[in-house]
Amino acid sequence: MSIFSEVPQAPPVAVFKLTADFREDSHPQKVNLGVGAYRTDECQPWVLPVVKKVERLIVEDSSLNHEYLPILGLPEFRSASSKVALGDDSPAIKENRVGAVQALGGTGALRIGGEFLRRWYNGTNNTATPIYVSAPTWENHNAVFADAGFKDIRPYHYWDGAKKGLDISGLLDDLEKAPEASVFVLHACAHNPTGTDPTQDEWKQIAEVMKRRNLFVFFDSAYQGFASGSLDKDAWAIRYFVSEGFELFVAQSFSKNFGLYNERVGNLTVVAKDNENLTRILSQMEKIVRTTWSNPPSQGARIVSKTLNCPELFAEWYVGNVKTMADRVLLMRDQLKAKLQALGTPGTWDHITQQIGMFSFTGLNPKQVEYMIKEKHVYLMASGRINMCGLTSKNIDYVAQSIHDTVTSVQ
Amino acid sequence: MTLLCLPCRSLNVLFHGVSWWGGVQMGPPDPILGVSEAFKKDSNPKKMNLGVGAYRDDQGKPFVLSCVRKAEALISAKQMDKEYLGITGLADFNKSCAKLALGADSEVLKSGRNITVQTISGTGSLRIGANFLSRFHGGPRDVYLPKPSWGNHTPIFKDAGMTLKAYRYYDPATCGFDHSGALEDISKIPEQSVIMLHACAHNPTGVDPRPEQWKEISDLVKKRNLLVFFDMAYQGFASGDIDKDAWAVRYFIEQGHNIVLSQSFAKNMGLYGERVGGFTVVCNDAEEAKRVESQLKILIRPIYSNPPMNGARIASTILNTPELYSVWLGEVHGMANRIIKMREQLEAGLKKEGSTRDWQHVIDQIGMFCFTGLKPEQVERLTKEFSVYMTKDGRISMAGVTSGNVGYLAAGIHAVTK
Repeated sequence: MSIFSEVPQAPPVAVFKLTADFREDSHPQKVNLGVGAYRTDECQPWVLPVVKKVERLIVEDSSLNHEYLPILGLPEFRSASSKVALGDDSPAIKENRVGAVQALGGTGALRIGGEFLRRWYNGTNNTATPIYVSAPTWENHNAVFADAGFKDIRPYHYWDGAKKGLDISGLLDDLEKAPEASVFVLHACAHNPTGTDPTQDEWKQIAEVMKRRNLFVFFDSAYQGFASGSLDKDAWAIRYFVSEGFELFVAQSFSKNFGLYNERVGNLTVVAKDNENLTRILSQMEKIVRTTWSNPPSQGARIVSKTLNCPELFAEWYVGNVKTMADRVLLMRDQLKAKLQALGTPGTWDHITQQIGMFSFTGLNPKQVEYMIKEKHVYLMASGRINMCGLTSKNIDYVAQSIHDTVTSVQ
Repeated sequence: MTLLCLPCRSLNVLFHGVSWWGGVQMGPPDPILGVSEAFKKDSNPKKMNLGVGAYRDDQGKPFVLSCVRKAEALISAKQMDKEYLGITGLADFNKSCAKLALGADSEVLKSGRNITVQTISGTGSLRIGANFLSRFHGGPRDVYLPKPSWGNHTPIFKDAGMTLKAYRYYDPATCGFDHSGALEDISKIPEQSVIMLHACAHNPTGVDPRPEQWKEISDLVKKRNLLVFFDMAYQGFASGDIDKDAWAVRYFIEQGHNIVLSQSFAKNMGLYGERVGGFTVVCNDAEEAKRVESQLKILIRPIYSNPPMNGARIASTILNTPELYSVWLGEVHGMANRIIKMREQLEAGLKKEGSTRDWQHVIDQIGMFCFTGLKPEQVERLTKEFSVYMTKDGRISMAGVTSGNVGYLAAGIHAVTK
């Protein structure tokens, strides 16, 4: 009798199942608008030229070895990454109250931050502290905080399906009603899955309520640079909150903006009131890291660190590669909207260009999504989310037509 | 009046401008890191760092295996993309990782009744395993560790929600294996509890059971119906022979134990910072393995989504390219041999110094670490007077010993123990 005979089969992770189904589909015009990774106009993965260059430098550098990184990660990586989020002239950095933990991707940064908050945030047991995630949000947020030990994970109003935009009044209302000291997970830019971000004015309103009601800010920043093409613009909300005196966490991912998906490069930036608090925080985060992965992987951090810390490489990355990706996404947004409007597809399609980043919440309902997949072989998430990067000059007509046919056939 | 009665944290909540983190205690310093820190500050040219758990060559330098460099060159030339791995990691790596541990002819592999997933080195593997047991093991929540065990085992299992107990293992009187003590303690472990076994090169003692002792342990564990969790962080690195070092794991499986197993490639491939490891569950059949796999994915995704590619790709290239594989076997044999030689030289050196104590255990123990038997006061003297840095429990990392400094070490140890 096996110890594991009662282990139930778990459902597959939806976004990966979508790709698996796509792979098995033999339809010649199939399109994968599922998983969130950048694609070129030839629908190929893209290793950033600057990454190729830096990797070569690393391989050829015989002085480099494979020794353990410190528990909190590569120091040059951590500081450069926090600078990217907070800005070179960040007063918080100058005041020596910013620290960081190198983590395995954005997921790892969220998890370490979550584990820390559950243990140490408001007293030493926060299992009952409410933690709010947007409705909808990245599907893994719930599991990350649940597994970190939070028992009370709540949604806050975010997407307004009727107006196809941000439900700012619902959001503000949730902030007003949330118990003091609740934690709020905010998407710094390019909200996943809706692509809908608050305006600067709306961010100011959000900050005002959060400060007044003593709510904790945990930013998820997976698309800095990738969203608008500008690092500063995409980090505006984070920097605004810092300037307003908030202590906060930022879970940063370099998966998308460096195209380093499989090297798991992330950074948990911690902004504290002062250096003394910061020191104690980092000492406890170290203990959490030690029982999770001991110390982080070095390859990806080396690549990012070398790039961010060398002016020429930084320029090549930012002005060259990041801009290329952001511009292609913006172009696809423009073209998709234009084609849908040209086809006279029922409904309004302004949200396609108003939304930002990799994803667009098309507004297609589950029945329509099923039709898209089964009849048109265009794969997208049940929520109606599409990855703009899956669109190319070669398939965009087919996709636009498919959306048109779907919307007119299925209600 | 009421405000003053409120606990501190509520005051933090009510008074803005105060940090959220006032209640965060300073974490205790890591004992092993502390050793390295102190070593760095020491200006004695003869200083030795014997706390480090990483291999060093005979010049005391980190060693990048040539099979690793060759693999890296091959990989670099292929110009592969950087797309996400699946949650369970690189399939080629997982297959060859299991094959390395279980043996190419393993019936388990043939029947597909194992699930092996890529993990963040040994620590990540242990944590996944601990989380899995915590969630799905219907037996007692106790994990029995050998006394002593790797310091990080306890907090890993604790953080996963398990409780820790111990069975006797190291005999300080002999600096060897407490066989009867271990068997006596194991015989009292409640059925279905989890027992942790170090597959080879026990950390921190370097004391491994002999094959006939392993057989007795296996029989007893079977009788007690215990779930075996093997930690194998030193395959190849202990004796120099990868099959010999995996003998206990393979024997237990042959004897019908459906084990769980953590593997690390940090030491045997020198891939420390690349974080390469594997976690294996040996199931009843392939169907059960599929169910277990699905649950492991659910566990892994909210920790780090999917594992890092670089190290696994290097390891997989080495394991799956015959020429590189034989180079690797030679290099791992070389590392183990250097350690063995240092043990012999240390023992001989102590004799030469005129020590009348029995230092046989220095040679009998195996792997990177040696439990010298030094007491804390002696360790303190060794550090203060000779600038030899080690942990208070008397453990030294043989990797930090070279032909150039072994004589100095012998002199120091003799001086504090005569």
